[in-house]
Amino acid sequence: MSLDLPKEIEPAIELVGIDKKFGAVHANKNINLTVAKGSIHGIIGENGAGKSTLMSILYGFYHADHGEIRISGKPISIRDSQAAIAAGIGMVHQHFMLVENFTVLENVMLGAEGGQLLRKGVASARKELKHLEDDYGLEVDPDAVVEELPVGSQQRVEILKALYRGAEILILDEPTGVLTPAEADHLFKVLRVLRDQGKTIILITHKLREIMAITDTVSVMRRGEMVATRKTSETTVEELAELMVGRRVLLHVEKGDANPGRVLLSVRNLSVKDARGVTMVDNVSFDVRAGEIVGIAGVAGNGQSELLEAIAGIRKPASGEIFIDGNPVAGIDPAGLRDLGLAHIPEDRHHMGLVLKFEEYENSILGYHRDQRYGRGAMLDLDAMRKDAEEKIAKYDIRPPNPRLKTANFSGGNQQKIVVAREIERDPNVLIIGQPTRGVDIGAIEFIHKRIIDMRDAGKAVLLVSVELDEIRSLSDRILVMFAGKVVGEKTGDAGEQTLGLMMAGIAA
Amino acid sequence: MSTASVQLPAWINYGVIPLLNLVLAFFFSGLVVWAIGESPIEALRLLLIGALGRGEGIGFTLFYATSFIFTGLSVAVAIHAGLFNIGSEGQAYLGGLGAALVALSLDRYVPWYVTMPFAVVGAALFGAACAAIPAWLQAKRGSHIVITTIMFNFITSSLMNYLLVRVLIVPGKMAPETRTFLEGGQLPKLDWLISMFGGKLGAAPLNFSFLIALVMCFLVWVLIWRTKLGYEMRTLGISPTAASYAGIPYAKIVMIAMLISGGLAGMMALNPVMGASARLQIEFVGGAGFVGIAVSLMGRNHPVGIILAALLFGILYQGGAELSFDMPSITRDMIVVIQGLVILFAGALEYMLRPAIVRLYQQISGK
Ligand SMILES: Nc1ncnc2c1ncn2[C@@H]1O[C@H](COP(=O)(O)OP(=O)(O)OP(=O)(O)O)[C@@H](O)[C@H]1O
Ligand SMILES: [Mg+2]
Repeated sequence: MSLDLPKEIEPAIELVGIDKKFGAVHANKNINLTVAKGSIHGIIGENGAGKSTLMSILYGFYHADHGEIRISGKPISIRDSQAAIAAGIGMVHQHFMLVENFTVLENVMLGAEGGQLLRKGVASARKELKHLEDDYGLEVDPDAVVEELPVGSQQRVEILKALYRGAEILILDEPTGVLTPAEADHLFKVLRVLRDQGKTIILITHKLREIMAITDTVSVMRRGEMVATRKTSETTVEELAELMVGRRVLLHVEKGDANPGRVLLSVRNLSVKDARGVTMVDNVSFDVRAGEIVGIAGVAGNGQSELLEAIAGIRKPASGEIFIDGNPVAGIDPAGLRDLGLAHIPEDRHHMGLVLKFEEYENSILGYHRDQRYGRGAMLDLDAMRKDAEEKIAKYDIRPPNPRLKTANFSGGNQQKIVVAREIERDPNVLIIGQPTRGVDIGAIEFIHKRIIDMRDAGKAVLLVSVELDEIRSLSDRILVMFAGKVVGEKTGDAGEQTLGLMMAGIAA
Repeated sequence: MSTASVQLPAWINYGVIPLLNLVLAFFFSGLVVWAIGESPIEALRLLLIGALGRGEGIGFTLFYATSFIFTGLSVAVAIHAGLFNIGSEGQAYLGGLGAALVALSLDRYVPWYVTMPFAVVGAALFGAACAAIPAWLQAKRGSHIVITTIMFNFITSSLMNYLLVRVLIVPGKMAPETRTFLEGGQLPKLDWLISMFGGKLGAAPLNFSFLIALVMCFLVWVLIWRTKLGYEMRTLGISPTAASYAGIPYAKIVMIAMLISGGLAGMMALNPVMGASARLQIEFVGGAGFVGIAVSLMGRNHPVGIILAALLFGILYQGGAELSFDMPSITRDMIVVIQGLVILFAGALEYMLRPAIVRLYQQISGK
């Protein structure tokens, strides 16, 4: 399956016959992959296709059951990530592995301090870091504390860390999921510079646009197999989508006209402060009617998260009022709000939407666990819970279809489907959603989008927050733009990207 | 790092690894024994015979294990809700007051089986009361439960000293203890249990509270894994943000979990106070609350694991006592060292061997 590379191009990485099983799940089936030195190689595939597993094998997190890894033509055994680093492989994880209260410099040095006494190491590290920053355009202040940096910069620190350890091969697993469009652009600029300097880059992403924009070659995985490798210049988004899913995919949402009814969710002069007392939501008012989807566009960090949490009852508003179907609900806790017909798909599935250590079926009742259908009185009825979970698994095609699997062992996209299934299947009157398709493959995006539109057509009120402008534009009937905690404007669903982009940047209203 | 995420079959996780840890602990204990010039094999033999050789030894072993089961459960329930209750020692101490007050007021009028349920409730209530203030401070004020429960160990200790020396002491006596309970305030010995296996209980104080402890194990299992409250406790214990998303009230769950935890610790008092000495004595808890932390840790906070770990510590207590009796060069303090090694290897270093075992397992399973 490997691409016929011209003879003079030497491969940086060769994976030969890599095979990996997790119990009954065959995550990687006899994978062959060749990545040319000095290229950017994309890997795409549905949720659970085995992309992260393959990269984890390359980085020494997992051991392949069979197969061989060759770096620059030499077979090597990668026992652990130490060995991977020694072999010149660096990985930027989707969830950053930084010490939050250390400075950038300290994080970069961590584990590579160079001797027992810090001082000498610090000085040379600082110099080295400066070099790296200059060479690759990776500006960050070495003395900034990591937790105070925006995500985009934190990611740059991860890349610097890998380069500092001498990485020649850089693996990025869904790096743009958490970035703003501008940050993503910056990342791509850096990646191009790295490639031009001879580094090899493997990029996993669900965004085919990114694949087309930046990769040289792209490989497609499906259900554990490597099904195709293409030169990026010789393929199209449509072909890739079809290769991934195994059927034609609707890349555009089809929806009819909205039929707005009475107001189901109403927010009046709402202000919300964060833990430090900074006003994050500033005097916001809007309505969502039955049978319409209202999208909130905005660059991440402009108060959308706090707005959602306030409506969901997780965060106490500083002032203002919220009404569900005319009843004032500010101050009611999330359990009470669920009883009133509110459902919430949270932005952060790992910390809020799921308990990763729970088995799948335990998560499929989170928040609704007091319901009598999951057990009478004080008791839980495990059989009822599992049956309910199995139904959702079937309906939402959650893979692997095993309600007893630990939630952490599902792939990212399938974890998201667990949350979406739980919240939508309750048939709520008001559905509030944060980043519904973060880390989700195109087939599943199509599915989730369809479900959201079904909710609207069934006369529910839907409030959608997303940093994906495409998503907002294709789903919303009305769009509110948030900037610095305020709603700076309202547009119809067909507003142009340009207009919205300017509003999101706080430039036009 | 690479091996941490690999899942091992349950029989390795819960069988092989704890067993190897135990072997290591005994190996290093053996070295200590050898270093002071005694035979490790002989010491181990004496220890095991002392703990399990005769009916009486078994009776003592189970008697100690009973106390450790209660305190182990107490620690485990709190841990499931994400709370580290260091105060089981003090809660058990105050629980003794609850049990004693019931026994002292009823023993004259009714048989033991009427007294018992009231004593269980009394012990649990007093234990829970001792946990209530730290729980409230954690729930409403965010004062760290570890600190406050430690402080309450000292407070209860002083309070009980005062009560026993000034108030509950029998007038004219020297010993700071209550009067001996009449039969209506005592829990019967479990002679029949030991004789079922052909042994004799002898002077061993194994008593009815052992059975209460087993019932509590079952109830705790039901609570944690089969009730909605247990679900909420586990959610909060693993992920406080997910709990707030799910509308699980933090303060309420913290209070309930700590009250249950304190109640279980309080019930421990039934064993020594109403089962063994038939009176409330000073310092009767004797560190069982702290052993409970090790027992819960070793038992992976699961009732079955807690029973096994409690038995192990029962064996160490009883066998250790016999050992220091038979080998005078091995003092009580040496026994404490050995217990410490067990805690170290089976509890604190629980994961030390894991990476090696994961590699071995991966090789053996042919991959
Ligand atoms: N530690 C594990 N134990 C059991 N199953 C696992 C484990 N890790 C991954 N899997 C399973 O292996 C399969 C491949 O998962 P992987 O994370 O590689 O998918 P992915 O292609 O990265 O998907 P996504 O795009 O959703 O991130 C999935 O079915 C997943 O549930
Ligand atoms: Mg993945």
